[in-house]
Amino acid sequence: MNVFADQVREAWRWLTAAAQWHGDDGIPHRFSQHLGYCVLALVIAAVIALALGLLVGHTGRGGFVIVSVANVARAIPTLGLLLLVVTVTSIGLTPVIVPLIALAVPPILVNTYEGIRGVDDDLKDAAEGMGMTGWRVLTRVEVPVALPLIMLGLRTAAIQVVATATIAAVAGLGGLGRYIVDGLARKDYASVVGGSVLVVGLALAVQLGFAGLRRVVISPGLRGMSRTS
Amino acid sequence: MTRTFRGAIIGMVAALTLSACGGGGDDAGNPLDQPSGGGGQANLVVGSANFPESQLLAEIYAQALTAKGLKVTKKLNIGSREVYYDQVKSGAISVMPEYNGALLTTSVDENSTAVTTDEINAELKAKLPPSLEMLASSQAEDKDSVTVNPQTAAKYNLKSIADLKPVAKDLTIGGPSEFKTRTQGLVGLEKKYGLTFKKFQPFDANAQASLVKLLKDNKIQAADLFTTDPAITENKFVVLADPQNVFSAQNVTPLVYKQAVNATARAALDAVSAKLTTQDLLDMMKQIAVDKKDPDVVAKDWLAKSGLNG
Amino acid sequence: MIAMREPLVRWDWIGDHTGELGELSAHHLKLALVPVLLGLILAIPLGVLCAHWPTLYPPTVAGANVLYALPSLALFMLFIPYTGLFSDWTLMLPLTLFTLSVLVPNVVDGMRSVPEPVRQAATAMGFGGLRRLVRVELPIAVPVVIAGVRVATVASISLVSVGVLIGNGGLGQLFIDGYSRDFPTPIVVGSALIVVLALVSDAALVAAQRLLTPWARARGRTT
Repeated sequence: MNVFADQVREAWRWLTAAAQWHGDDGIPHRFSQHLGYCVLALVIAAVIALALGLLVGHTGRGGFVIVSVANVARAIPTLGLLLLVVTVTSIGLTPVIVPLIALAVPPILVNTYEGIRGVDDDLKDAAEGMGMTGWRVLTRVEVPVALPLIMLGLRTAAIQVVATATIAAVAGLGGLGRYIVDGLARKDYASVVGGSVLVVGLALAVQLGFAGLRRVVISPGLRGMSRTS
Repeated sequence: MTRTFRGAIIGMVAALTLSACGGGGDDAGNPLDQPSGGGGQANLVVGSANFPESQLLAEIYAQALTAKGLKVTKKLNIGSREVYYDQVKSGAISVMPEYNGALLTTSVDENSTAVTTDEINAELKAKLPPSLEMLASSQAEDKDSVTVNPQTAAKYNLKSIADLKPVAKDLTIGGPSEFKTRTQGLVGLEKKYGLTFKKFQPFDANAQASLVKLLKDNKIQAADLFTTDPAITENKFVVLADPQNVFSAQNVTPLVYKQAVNATARAALDAVSAKLTTQDLLDMMKQIAVDKKDPDVVAKDWLAKSGLNG
Repeated sequence: MIAMREPLVRWDWIGDHTGELGELSAHHLKLALVPVLLGLILAIPLGVLCAHWPTLYPPTVAGANVLYALPSLALFMLFIPYTGLFSDWTLMLPLTLFTLSVLVPNVVDGMRSVPEPVRQAATAMGFGGLRRLVRVELPIAVPVVIAGVRVATVASISLVSVGVLIGNGGLGQLFIDGYSRDFPTPIVVGSALIVVLALVSDAALVAAQRLLTPWARARGRTT
């Protein structure tokens, strides 16, 4: 337990040291790098996964394939994919972004598909009865009803990406993972703990952000239909 | 909002406490635990750092010891010296391939000015903790270096690290994370040559292949490459001379936990050191990095060739 | 001088390393599955407690969320001083915490999926607290719990490989081996084996669920 208290104290000292807050290796710079990788990967993943999930969920065709592929994709080790892409290409943004996209697509894809598929048939019939065409049924009825699940998928993806973007450092890139990887190599545990605290902080901020977003974008009639946590 | 926040705090504390307890209590006497090999004569644990040459040397040591009928466990790819040194000190590792100069300045005496093999080994003998010993050094050397790509060498007419002084501010140098904080690294380069580079590109020690690629593509202009890396001759990289001896002698030498090695083990390791040359290292590293042979196979061939396999 | 372009997979390498691949796979499975088992053993009582005392639930979920967000690499490193660099527990204990972050919310959801009339009927039939829990509530919760176990298992199998950065990590060893030698084959083979292990384990869990919930088969789909 003493070691633990020491770890906490050291980490606090590390986080509050003035030198930690400017320059290339400073927290603001590393933080913005980290955020940059995450946002880029998430946006690309969301575009792919939403398009595919909406299409398959709406048409009802290919659902089995989508879910199976997503399950395989979930099992792909991110570190392996990262090191493979580095080995066959070179150091750069690509080897970091590709595995993060692979990580983020499955939860968004599966939740979107399940969300759209789960919309009550009566509801769709009613919408069609009101004269809505396929596209309008999708945007006016299916998407709003499926939104809580879709948001949950996005949130899961975002948190995983934030925590996993640390491995960018293994391939020589920046981000908050630098503190963790360098900390191990230099046996500087304060840096490992400090870096982790920042990553967890960012993940929790993302979580709160999504909680806030839910209030704004989800139709009041649907709130409380899925777990919020 | 405040409730969520308070919940988060309580949860965080709970999680941390849980993780602390989980860590504190569970290690002793668990049947699923791996044998830790702490210092007995029965079982030798040979470790290696996280780069291929260290794994190769560990394989050579392990096989040479096995050939003498000793029982050996391998723990390869552990990490940087900052990580594994404590494990040798405590006896969790009994034999570790080391480079005498680097060991002295990273783990034993940061301010040491010893340069030659003899100076370094004398200081190590005097200053190593009592549980540890460096056995006889081989003449094989593998140094850290400041190596530049051919275009940079030509552009600034570089032959020695001292030539970098006026231009370092325009160059990016790459190397393992710990290179930044070591005396035999950026710290020493600044102190002895007054060099400040534009940028440091950190890598894991096992990322030499990536470093080489970046250097080849001129994304970085200089790198801390190991002098036995076959990529140096392959790509016509230039290893800069080091007149101020930032990088001291680096003879391959077994670091041992004294209690764990008996006379048979010592004799086996000394026999390896007596035979091993820098050229051997270069040849073997080429087989591993270029021909993609496994370190254990390359080690076996070398031992057979040197008559140490039985 | 320039070597031929390295192929993505050298097939003969696989044939030369079957023994090593088998050992690494077995060790990988141990490193990944022990945490799931431990996680389940801990998650069931925790989840049951949370289901009975709802005030415990928000802090537990918040704790689970923090655990979930921790970078696995960092957590492995932080365990080194406690469990030692060479103990498998340095990987397995942090992974247990990760599986908890998935399993506890699932156990709670599973308990909540027990319909109130069923619970009342069980009470009316004279089932007391513990018996009702074991004989009625937990069996009904099985599908939801197993859904969580499946997620935790696949994640755990994939995360073990990160352990290679502290010198352990089953098949992850192959990643660093390939990476440090500019040699894609071991990385591809290691990743493929991890995916296979995950899929096989997942299939086994689906089979286990069918065995554990015979009534679902008789009646068709439940969830």
